[in-house]
Amino acid sequence: MAFDYEQYLRPGKLPHIWCPGCGHGIVMKGLLRAIDTCGLEKNNTAIVSGIGCASRLPGYVDFNTLHTAHGRAAAFATGIKMAKPEMDVLVVGGDGDGVAIGGNHFIHACRRNIDMTYVLLNNYIYGMTGGQFSPCTPTWAKASTTPYGNPDPIFDVPKLAIGAGATFVARTTAFHATQIDKLIAAGLRHKGMAVIEVLDDCPTAYGRRNKFRSVVDMMKRLKEIAVPVKAAAHMTPEQLEGKVLTGILHQEERPEYCEQYQQVIARAQGA
Amino acid sequence: MTRILLTGNAAAAWGARLAAVDYVPAFPITPQTEIIETLAEWIDGGVMDSRLVTLESEHSMLTAAGAAAVTGVRVFTATSSQGLLYGMEMLYNLAGWRAPLVLVNVSRGLSAPITLEPDHNDVLAARDSGFLQIHCATCQEVLDNVLLAYRLAEDSRVRLPVIVNLDGFYLSFTREPVEIPDPVAVADFLPPFADLGQHFRGGQPSSQAVAVLGGGPYSYFRYQVHLAAEQAAAVYADLGRQFERHFGRLYQAVEAYRCDDAELVLVMIGSFATKAKVAVDRLREAGQKVGLVRPLLLRPFPVAELRRLLGQRKGVAVIDQNLSPGRGGILHAELAEALYGLAKGGPLLASFVGGLGGRDIAEEEFLQIVEVLSQAVQRGSAPPPRLLFTADELQQVRRLQDIAHGSREGDDAS
Repeated sequence: MAFDYEQYLRPGKLPHIWCPGCGHGIVMKGLLRAIDTCGLEKNNTAIVSGIGCASRLPGYVDFNTLHTAHGRAAAFATGIKMAKPEMDVLVVGGDGDGVAIGGNHFIHACRRNIDMTYVLLNNYIYGMTGGQFSPCTPTWAKASTTPYGNPDPIFDVPKLAIGAGATFVARTTAFHATQIDKLIAAGLRHKGMAVIEVLDDCPTAYGRRNKFRSVVDMMKRLKEIAVPVKAAAHMTPEQLEGKVLTGILHQEERPEYCEQYQQVIARAQGA
Repeated sequence: MTRILLTGNAAAAWGARLAAVDYVPAFPITPQTEIIETLAEWIDGGVMDSRLVTLESEHSMLTAAGAAAVTGVRVFTATSSQGLLYGMEMLYNLAGWRAPLVLVNVSRGLSAPITLEPDHNDVLAARDSGFLQIHCATCQEVLDNVLLAYRLAEDSRVRLPVIVNLDGFYLSFTREPVEIPDPVAVADFLPPFADLGQHFRGGQPSSQAVAVLGGGPYSYFRYQVHLAAEQAAAVYADLGRQFERHFGRLYQAVEAYRCDDAELVLVMIGSFATKAKVAVDRLREAGQKVGLVRPLLLRPFPVAELRRLLGQRKGVAVIDQNLSPGRGGILHAELAEALYGLAKGGPLLASFVGGLGGRDIAEEEFLQIVEVLSQAVQRGSAPPPRLLFTADELQQVRRLQDIAHGSREGDDAS
């Protein structure tokens, strides 16, 4: 039987604001399937976002949701998790929101290893404001503020998350729709900070400036650049040129922040 | 001299281009983004000799702007709303550094609730920072006042950063005929940046932004900012006359529209004042003695001008596109203070709050405001403060609340 998305959608909130061809809807459906797979309770689940196209997602879904300030989603989510450690907390946001203006909150959430699941939809651009370059816009790609090409190097989001201390880091793309829910579900089951980067497409603000003739071209590119980590182990550096690794890139056990904090309380009470 | 159609944002970008700015730190935010996109196109295309870098936030953007300005170059930057507030810490710093840069703010209401459309709470949050503030009502004013702002900021008697404000959407995205001044004439009016000893030079070590220990030095430097800001009123008056000689358009700290014999006067800032002018014209045709007073300068606050223009009127209605919860309209409070202690007690003051979050103010509402003011004058007592808000709007809010309530019911059923 087809998956019933309606049970998780707020009545009267559709149509969504995303452009035709945008992959955010694919990610939203994957997110809902993952939540369903893990059996998360609506009332015990909080979904937090900052500002941007991806940050509109919580408005459509029927959970406790918080649409906050640009870049601040991880800080808001930390507040929720500290106040109500029993809640399942998710963050949804874009690349500009998460690793530019919100970069500091992002790395510190990773460092604390607080138990939340951060789904970062990387569409390589500030889409909502019309296509300015972000820290994930590929070098020499075109954006509205770099009409002759972007000279900046990029953030590799999983490397950033691993370096900062996240204990579950995965990546997939909007093309790999069935992998999205599997990875988000694995992140939800993981105790600690889980970061799932989903490479996405923005035909309106990125594609049309960068010689993608259609959404299909953008999806084909996502298909072609993705290499599963296991397959990559057997490939040469030359073969991996221009590719991105997908799947679970990093997973380790490390004390989770809310539990550590409980120990502080226990020590104080014991003293 | 030809006039072309420009949006308020494009007019701001033209101001920066004609001012031959050296550096533009940038960060996108609606409704400002078109300014930095326009400048990026010109700079990357070689039309404009400058550098533009997109930083990772408005906080970094304003930090870079201030640091660049005190190394001795002309700096331009632009933001809106949440961006201005995110950079708020740096606004106070830049004023304290006496960094003479120009920041265009495209007004937009503040979260929460989230909105994209304009009111003035964003720019008024910067009121006490030490930045000077010029509020524009037309696209031409935006371009001209960016040029005036550089003269004002860089003047040796002032040496303070300046915000040039325009309303999001109503001005930022509205095309109006704008005369683009001749670059040669602009170069004559606005000479190259003079650092006045504020620079980084090898062999001439200097420290910027030092810490002081104790309230004495702090009081001295903070009060210097105040004195410089007060000086800016006379400097703007002088620059306005110079600008008129160069370009034929006069700017003064306060615009008085059909005020000569006016008994009742509307007071407001920004682009909505152009709607008020239309209402004033209608009322004049009907024989009513009504005028409009529009401060362009909000910092320094043109107290003497406002006392002169408003002190003898029967009634004054202040229309605030902002709200200080627990107090009311900010401009109303400032004006009441400015008019305090007049010999004959001054005019009757009425407060209206409208145009929050981009809500329109209809011509009929201006007529209604004048009617309420007129009755108050006859009665001899000020009316209670009033929010411009209609029954239809309340119904619309109720419908939205019903939708939100409906989704909660769905939740209960599941």
